[in-house]
Amino acid sequence: MTTAHAWLTTETPHSRTQARLGRIYIGWLTFARNRLAMMGLGIVLLLVLMAALAPVIAPYDPYTQDLANRLMPPSAAHWLGTDAFGRDILSRILYGSRLTLMIVALVAVTAPVAGLLIGTVAGYLGGWVDTVLMRVTDVFLAFPKLILALAFVSALGPGIENAIIAIAITSWPPYARIARAETITIRNSDFISAVRLQGASRVRIILGHVVPLCTSSLIVRVTLDMAGIILTAAGLGFLGLGAQPPAPEWGAMIATGRQYVLEQWWVATMPGIAIFVVSLGFNLLGDGLRDVLDPKAS
Amino acid sequence: MAGILKRPGFPGRRHVVRGTSLLVTLALTFLGLLLVTFLIGRVVPIDPVIAMVGDRVSADTYQRIRQELGLDLPLWQQFLRYVGDVLRGDFGESVLTSRPVLEDIARVFPATLELATAAIIIGVTLGVPAGVVAAVNRGRWPDHVIRVLGLIGHSIPIFWLGLMALLVFYARLDWAPGPGRVDVFYEGLVEPVTGIITVDALLAGETDVFWNALAHLVLPASILGYYSVAYIARMTRSFMLDQLRQEYITTARVKGMSETRVIWRHALGNIAVPLITVVALSYASLLEGSVLTETVFAWPGLGLYITNSLLSADMNAVLGGTLVVGAVFIGLNLLSDLLYRLLDPRAR
Repeated sequence: MTTAHAWLTTETPHSRTQARLGRIYIGWLTFARNRLAMMGLGIVLLLVLMAALAPVIAPYDPYTQDLANRLMPPSAAHWLGTDAFGRDILSRILYGSRLTLMIVALVAVTAPVAGLLIGTVAGYLGGWVDTVLMRVTDVFLAFPKLILALAFVSALGPGIENAIIAIAITSWPPYARIARAETITIRNSDFISAVRLQGASRVRIILGHVVPLCTSSLIVRVTLDMAGIILTAAGLGFLGLGAQPPAPEWGAMIATGRQYVLEQWWVATMPGIAIFVVSLGFNLLGDGLRDVLDPKAS
Repeated sequence: MAGILKRPGFPGRRHVVRGTSLLVTLALTFLGLLLVTFLIGRVVPIDPVIAMVGDRVSADTYQRIRQELGLDLPLWQQFLRYVGDVLRGDFGESVLTSRPVLEDIARVFPATLELATAAIIIGVTLGVPAGVVAAVNRGRWPDHVIRVLGLIGHSIPIFWLGLMALLVFYARLDWAPGPGRVDVFYEGLVEPVTGIITVDALLAGETDVFWNALAHLVLPASILGYYSVAYIARMTRSFMLDQLRQEYITTARVKGMSETRVIWRHALGNIAVPLITVVALSYASLLEGSVLTETVFAWPGLGLYITNSLLSADMNAVLGGTLVVGAVFIGLNLLSDLLYRLLDPRAR
């Protein structure tokens, strides 16, 4: 351990890899000192584990109805109780983590990439390309996200895929803004001029030199936005526009539990706690990452 | 006029130029907004003719209505027609209520306005002091508590919090009234003048209705307000930290001014302008939160109108509502921008 520590923190690294690993290690040490951020990381890892192991750890099938045991309060047999069809709520929440993770992952790989490309292209090329792209970005920013997502889902039809598309379409503008701002500061630096003098094409400069420099601030922003993505997806599910029954999506589960909330409180309460814990995890993680990757902001 | 503008010494010239470019930006953004709602309306898998008259009409009638609606024209002509309609205030007719959409929106909007205004009042009265306290106690426990409370606010699904609040404060403790704007007993007692029940009740001198409406407002407004509290507190904290580092603060302290006066008069006074823009922006985002809050609390505002129309595939109403929310959003952004320029001498 101590040798690894010494190797990683040496002042005179022997290779590029060693220097790079050393920087990551020091970043990790800063991150690990932040107890709340570690808690966030723990929650997110737990979510991934839950999703991966759902078939193994779930005590019941999430779809099998058991009408003799409907709306049972939490007990030894059903830790979190059963819903209106006698389905085990714990099992449904465990399986629902797969849907949540899928939504977050799909939005997180599409929207930031689109925003990154639009932002870097606008920032690097400037001129009318910049004006047009940023005007389009402004239009999308002018709408409240949830309302625009609602309108898109209404056009595409309810369903989890369409909810993901709608959330992705409404999430890219802030990333484009950030990427553009970073690009403009990078654009005129000497190393870019050097690459340009070597005859590199615009595509090569943008993809090979500008995009990598914009990613770290974008990663922080994406992590911070994940909670928002989860909440929007759950909101769409709650309104009946996201995942459709009998899918164990947490927001939709709250919607079906709503009519029993005054008597059988656990049906709507349990999935809500799941959403809350997971969003909190992503928020804490994002906050910690920001302190490590972007010390100016804190 | 043009001659005056060209003369470099004319002091208002910069304002005029900036004002014009602001107006152009505004017009373009609004046009973009219209384009988005128009395109959404075109990709809908619902046939507007069938939505209007049902599927039991002859082919001739179908064609005639299609032509009347302009659906046989090229897309760009349809868009121009749409822009013309919207500018004339014609958002089409709602299938659900069979009334003009604009009339519907005018009827439901005051309820949303009432809810959002109550929420922003809560947001400012709690958020600003919380941010100041956090900044003054930077790194100590009040700062951490306020930060964690803010993080929680950003992590709780608002519709779930609303349900839980109804469960606890209405069903179990009976401290708050149930969903809706007033008890059924009081409904229709006051003539709607402004559409804002609390104001209308006071105008009519019906204090019973006023207190009942206010009681109904407390729960949804607090829940909606919680979100703006978190945001306003965070921004206030960072503005305050900037101010507390300044030399005039040290000077004031050296002069022997009381710490309360230094913080709450000098420092807070100087962040008033950026705070106003923050409040305007969070007021706009409350419109968004109101969609889910109104659904949970059966609050008959714009949010509930949009979601109800969505569920019955009433596209005219959905797009009309979306457009109004977008326009209000743009308006508030513009307002915060203008206020900033007007109030902050450095921005002039």
